[in-house]
Amino acid sequence: MELTSCTPQQAADIRRILDAAAGSPGPLIQVLHAVQGVVGYLPADVLDYVADALYLPKSEVHGVATFYNFFRLDPAGKHTVTVCLGTACYVKGGAKILERLKKELGVAEGRTTADGLFTLDTARCFGACGLAPVMTVDEEVFGRLSPTKALAILEKYRSSTEDETAGSREVTHTAKVAKGRKHEA
Amino acid sequence: MERITVKIDGREIVTSPGRTILEVAVEHGIRIPTLCHLEGLSDVGACRLCIVDVRGQLVTSCTTRVADKMEVLTGTDAVRAYRRTILELLFAEGNHVCAFCVSNGGCELQDLACELEMHSVTVPYAYPRHRVDATHPRFLIDRDRCVLCGRCVRACGEVEGARTWNFAERGSQARVITDLDVDWGTAASCTSCGKCVEVCPTGAIVRKGESNGEMRKKPEVITRLKERRTHG
Repeated sequence: MELTSCTPQQAADIRRILDAAAGSPGPLIQVLHAVQGVVGYLPADVLDYVADALYLPKSEVHGVATFYNFFRLDPAGKHTVTVCLGTACYVKGGAKILERLKKELGVAEGRTTADGLFTLDTARCFGACGLAPVMTVDEEVFGRLSPTKALAILEKYRSSTEDETAGSREVTHTAKVAKGRKHEA
Repeated sequence: MERITVKIDGREIVTSPGRTILEVAVEHGIRIPTLCHLEGLSDVGACRLCIVDVRGQLVTSCTTRVADKMEVLTGTDAVRAYRRTILELLFAEGNHVCAFCVSNGGCELQDLACELEMHSVTVPYAYPRHRVDATHPRFLIDRDRCVLCGRCVRACGEVEGARTWNFAERGSQARVITDLDVDWGTAASCTSCGKCVEVCPTGAIVRKGESNGEMRKKPEVITRLKERRTHG
């Protein structure tokens, strides 16, 4: 079977993971964990491939992949928005922020918006309870939020992405690479 | 053979260990309501409707084994009230509108509501919008009428051996799926045997072409099949 959703290198890594798991009892969760480490998410054709290789029903593989929060079925967006639902943030209205973002972005927890811009996630405590309620966008922490403030922050990310896209038509190749490096750091 | 004595609703019953409270009760004509239980399939304790009182503790009678000197009460006011609440939650979690259902008059959930005297639903309705799948040529699933009893999952896995059905997601998003959550009509592992249809207690998994209130399921086919396989 061809794995169309990944690179040849990723496909080779997946085969190696499955070979190593062959014969071990109950390997599904560890295999999915390792495979997600390779691809970044669990595409449908990869799940199909894993089910065949481990002689497991497809329905069981899909069931496990959707039961655990850690596994994702679509690629992460450009920005990962994580709303804290730890005790302090929850008491201060973290759940309301999450509800609003779900509604406005039109995605469920753990999923990515259709434009590929945001992945919406939740977490239990960033250790920033003094700033509750808190959310992070990628590595950046935003505190003392309200649903409206949270939305405004995402709007900034959205418009800065649009600027980037518009601007990138003029910037040189080197400038783009430099910008990318800065983002990684 | 080892014998033990249990007391169910004040009746002393001599039986053997290893059997479930439900088995012993049924054998002695004591009625305990069930939904996810089906003779011929394994018991999982999913629906919680068969709860009984064992010395103040609520346990599911389909998965709890009898023990010597065990005292079981199957129908105290508290147990009955809990069962009614569980049933109300099942109703509120789906879109169980009997008047518009093919299984009206032939539905185990509806029968239980009558038996347990559930006159109204006192918790807010969730009005889910799960996907209806009519891609199979002969059958159809309306997931908003599913109570997640898992009888289809067990019949498909334990009796047919196809393992086409399973649960996906969790909490309010939990639902039964075929293969990798594909359209049922394209699920390669499905043998179209129809066992999931016959064991489904509600109007969730049904045969196509039957109208309002016409659907009558035959869950006993699984029981008979299991018996024949056991006794050769």
